[in-house]
Amino acid sequence: MESSTDVARREPGVQGKPGREQTDAYYSLLTRRLILTVIVVSFTPMIMVIAILLHQFHASYHEKTYAHLNEVVLKHKQNIDTFLKEKLANIHELTITTPVMTLSDKMLLERELQNLKTAYGDVFVDLGVVDATGRQATYAGPYQLDKAFYGDAAWFQKAISQFYYVSDVFTGLRGSPHFIITVRRYVNDVPWVIRATIDFKAFNTLVENLRLGRTGFAFIINRNGEFQTRPPLGGLSEDIRYEEITARLSKSHEKVLIFEQKDPSGSKNIYAVAGLKDNNWLLVLRQEKKDAFSEFNRMAQIAGLIFALGGMGIIIMAVLLSRRMVRRIQKADSETQTLNQQVIETGKLASVGELAAGIAHEINNPVAIMVEEAGWIGDLLEEEEFSENANLEEMRRAITQIATQGRRCKEITHKLLSFARKTDSTIKDVQLNELISEIVQLSGQMAKSSKITITTDLTPDLPYVTLSPSEMQQVMLNLINNAMDAMEKSGGAIHISTKMSKLEKDHIVIVVEDTGPGIPESNLPFIFNPFFTTKPVGKGTGLGLSICYGIVEKMGGKIDVTSKVGEGTRFRVWIPYQQPEPK
Amino acid sequence: MHKPFILLVDDETSFIETMSKRLQKREFTVMTAASGQEALEVMRANRHLDVVVLDVKMPGMDGIETLQEIKKAFPLTEVIMLTGHATIESAIDGMKTGAFDYLMKPCDIEQLVAKVMEAGRKKQEHAQRMEQAQLEKLMSTKGI
Repeated sequence: MESSTDVARREPGVQGKPGREQTDAYYSLLTRRLILTVIVVSFTPMIMVIAILLHQFHASYHEKTYAHLNEVVLKHKQNIDTFLKEKLANIHELTITTPVMTLSDKMLLERELQNLKTAYGDVFVDLGVVDATGRQATYAGPYQLDKAFYGDAAWFQKAISQFYYVSDVFTGLRGSPHFIITVRRYVNDVPWVIRATIDFKAFNTLVENLRLGRTGFAFIINRNGEFQTRPPLGGLSEDIRYEEITARLSKSHEKVLIFEQKDPSGSKNIYAVAGLKDNNWLLVLRQEKKDAFSEFNRMAQIAGLIFALGGMGIIIMAVLLSRRMVRRIQKADSETQTLNQQVIETGKLASVGELAAGIAHEINNPVAIMVEEAGWIGDLLEEEEFSENANLEEMRRAITQIATQGRRCKEITHKLLSFARKTDSTIKDVQLNELISEIVQLSGQMAKSSKITITTDLTPDLPYVTLSPSEMQQVMLNLINNAMDAMEKSGGAIHISTKMSKLEKDHIVIVVEDTGPGIPESNLPFIFNPFFTTKPVGKGTGLGLSICYGIVEKMGGKIDVTSKVGEGTRFRVWIPYQQPEPK
Repeated sequence: MHKPFILLVDDETSFIETMSKRLQKREFTVMTAASGQEALEVMRANRHLDVVVLDVKMPGMDGIETLQEIKKAFPLTEVIMLTGHATIESAIDGMKTGAFDYLMKPCDIEQLVAKVMEAGRKKQEHAQRMEQAQLEKLMSTKGI
């Protein structure tokens, strides 16, 4: 037999549809939940850390700032206080060591002034001796103030009535900040005032030059709110509650009072205040709070920026990752669905199979009985009494019909059973030749009656194959039965051979060939399809070869067919074997 | 040769009865049993049974078991297996255990008759040969 047709394979089956998917809403919810969780979990520690650190930083910065202000103001206060005390002491000492009358001598006064200047620098501007009426009796200094009259001056009123007096700062006749120190001495019960003008410029400059940050500014004011040093640019728009401050200062034991106050424009300012000259003056250092805390604010801004950027990053990542994760979950879910569907389908198929097997078996018995009874009727019809009956032929025909249909039922149920039953799949080591010989023997009877000869050519000493013997038997039976069915009317020959395959390594090939009518080329691609049959209705189910195909594939083997119409058909089955172990 | 003495064993009583009637019409002597146990009892009571037609699937003692017991107790009697469902395994098992052949239900009466005749022939041949062997043995020991 020449192989002129192609090898046939089974057509691919229809793809199963995946199972019902979870709704999109479910996945959106999952995504949102995931995003939320990631964000909360990421943000919470970040926020906590930033908050705690900023808080701590703020507290310590606050402390530091206040401490710094304290230091600065304190230092200045101490300097100024010391200076004032010192100058007063200088004059006082002068009045003690030199009697007033002597001081009235201009030359002497000038000499004293020089001494003071030498000792203490140009801080001492001039000296004067003023009588009880306010007339300057003697004057030593750069200006023409001899015989000047101070009787109406506020300072003189004070000076004449106090042991000592330190005036407020005034620009005075000279255009630069000065204050005067006076000491009153009695001479023969007549008060005389020794007066010295102190140049405050140095301290004024010092205070004016005190700068803190961008807006830190210091000044000295007196009880009436009059500036003793240059006032800040733009003046002082707010109220300095003098009395309140001095009260607080004396209540606390601190020398510097630091507090915050809002000015009319709404910005908060920090004030560091210290009392001078027995709280007659206040040294005020004022700085905008924003300015004082500028470094902290910058840190906070940077932290805020980091937080914002980090936060955005977190959110973006959360969204992206969550989406990707959920997409993967979706895919896994649908795969699971598909798998579940498959399992269910397989289960259904299995139970359908079992059901079919049960039904088939159950049907066989009643059918057998029916056929028997029909046969019995047939037998009875042979009796003499029926021989004259006009309907005898008709009855005989009917009986035959019952028998035929009964046989048909039997074939259908048998085929159904063999398709649906759970084949005994116990894997054993099998000698193919033995198995084939058995099958040939089994089929022997049927073959003989159809005038079909079965010959075999089984190569001896083939290696064992590991498979389910009952499944292999099924395959062989199917192939042989098909051949026999094809050659039923005409008779013919079936030849079965086994040998080591040359085409496939480590495979045994079983060849079943017949001299039957062959398979038309147009049918060849379909013969392994389930329910494909060319037999007349009722004669074949079309399941035989598809069962063979399934079994052979499961064993890891191959099956193919070659056929030529008019010459015959050849099936080849390759079965893999393991390398024979030494037995 | 005379028509074999048949024992039909199947739990489907209606089946057996009709089969029995049909066989009797064809001049066979038929006995029936509804189970493996009953079959053995009938065989013990009737030593001249030639052929047993045995259903494979029965409650209690199933076909294969019954077959084994029959072959143990009555080795000469031939057994034909009847199977209602296409279990090749049981057919092959049966053959291995010593059944003469197997038939699938529902079976053609003519087919059954042919098989029974074959089985009967075989039994007769075996029985004759055994008798002959025994006779020869007897003769040789007697030294005749």
